Amino acid sequence: MSEAVLRLEAVETYYGEIHALRGIGFEVREGQVVALLGANGAGKSTSLRTISGLVPARRGKVTFLGQDITRMPAHRIAQLGLVHVPEGRRIFKGMTIEENLDLGGFTVLDAEERRRRREAAYAMFPILAERRHRDSSLLSGGEQQMLAIARALMARPRLLLLDEPSMGLAPILVQEIMRTIRRLNDSGTTVLLVEQNARAALRLAHYGCVMETGRIVLADEAAALRANEALTKAYLGG
Amino acid sequence: MPLQEILLQQLANGLILGSFYALVALGYSMVYGVIKLLNFAHGDLYMVGAFAGFGCLSLFSGWLGAGWAGIVPSILLSMVAVGMLGVVIDRVAYRPLREAPKLSVLITALAVSMLLENTVLAFTGGQFTAFSTDLGFTGIDLGLVHVTYTQMVLVGTSIVLMVVLELFVSRTRYGRAMRAIAIDQDACRLMGIDVNRTIALTFFIGSALAAASGVLAGVYYGSINFFMGFLIGLKAFTAAVIGGIGNIPGAMLGGLLLGLLEAFGTQIPGIGGQWKDVFVFAFLILFLVFRPTGILGKPEVERM
Repeated sequence: MSEAVLRLEAVETYYGEIHALRGIGFEVREGQVVALLGANGAGKSTSLRTISGLVPARRGKVTFLGQDITRMPAHRIAQLGLVHVPEGRRIFKGMTIEENLDLGGFTVLDAEERRRRREAAYAMFPILAERRHRDSSLLSGGEQQMLAIARALMARPRLLLLDEPSMGLAPILVQEIMRTIRRLNDSGTTVLLVEQNARAALRLAHYGCVMETGRIVLADEAAALRANEALTKAYLGG
Repeated sequence: MPLQEILLQQLANGLILGSFYALVALGYSMVYGVIKLLNFAHGDLYMVGAFAGFGCLSLFSGWLGAGWAGIVPSILLSMVAVGMLGVVIDRVAYRPLREAPKLSVLITALAVSMLLENTVLAFTGGQFTAFSTDLGFTGIDLGLVHVTYTQMVLVGTSIVLMVVLELFVSRTRYGRAMRAIAIDQDACRLMGIDVNRTIALTFFIGSALAAASGVLAGVYYGSINFFMGFLIGLKAFTAAVIGGIGNIPGAMLGGLLLGLLEAFGTQIPGIGGQWKDVFVFAFLILFLVFRPTGILGKPEVERM
């Protein structure tokens, strides 16, 4: 068994008075892709925001690489190698593609190393290389998603959190993004993936957790979840 | 005086005045650019800087003299001290309000401004303090105009500081981080950027520039008082708006332009010296009405 990169235990999160996570627990192991599935408002994005420290948990415990990160500020968590690509991509519009990538590599102090990683990102996403000095807001939705992933990879993350990478993209681009995630995973990146598109996510994932109103109601191997027709009907709208 | 001489003299005056405005406007614009706060206390940091520089020079003059040998270290020390004051103000007054409505922060900035003015008032009794130096009026004659070395150093210092700042913001890691914070703070956190520390750095740099400008103003005008930051704060704000607030080259341009406007404006028949402020603020109004983004500014959805 490979070790757990990330572990959540009885995590509860509030937005003001709203009890958004009602005690969730799961693990992500080295080299896995774990998918968090569920309807809108089930708490998938909140789970990611809690893990990366944007909305700290009120109760429970989050452990990353054996270290308690429950109350650590978000930038410190990122420095440990847990990188979150948020919903809606959140690229720095008004700055060039190259500057976006450099900001992804903010924790890399050596400019030469940063340059090498940038070139590696361009090799992986040639479309970004062609436009490196252009304003990133001129990119299409799919390209912006590529940039958001490339920017996260600049930090060489031990764990990558992806929030709805396929949102708003044409089916052909969804496939391309999914292939990209598979490629990243094949080269050793551990991924925690939040997706509305459950079918696509389960084709990719090793393990899946289904969320409903702030709880995990079902967790199993991806293959088992795929085979469970009643479940796909009930939870995944399929 | 022949007209040509008057015009050249006003050009020199305008550039000098403008470089004060530009240095103060830079800090104003930088802080606004990063956290969208109009730091009304900024002009008062210029005033505190002048007093800090005066204090240092008083200590040093017995030993280094009151020429540049004493003035340069006074400027540097004042920049560090006021830079740190700026960081403390951010930590105590603004940081707790980071998520608060902008109006609350704006009112807090006014309070900080009053606090600084009244603290210095309490210590000085509101008297003008003579800022005496050994700098004479030696200089060179450029055609019809006599330009002193002091004036040249002043303009030179401003230009060097502005260029260094522009390079810092456009080329360095933390400069990039400052621009990114202006766009999306949470995304910055996810990149491992310590947002609070970067904002503190912004306040340090902006306040240090205001202090440098304050000491130079003391050296140039020969007297300082607790209220000297008020009007220049407003003028620097005007300069920042004219140039395009949040934009560093814009702040420089706005500052120099404003200095020149003021210098030449006083020469227009019917607009004497006592109308110069009216002249300047009329320009502010014109810009706010016809081009609120300023000369170099880009359109923005939300403004204060």
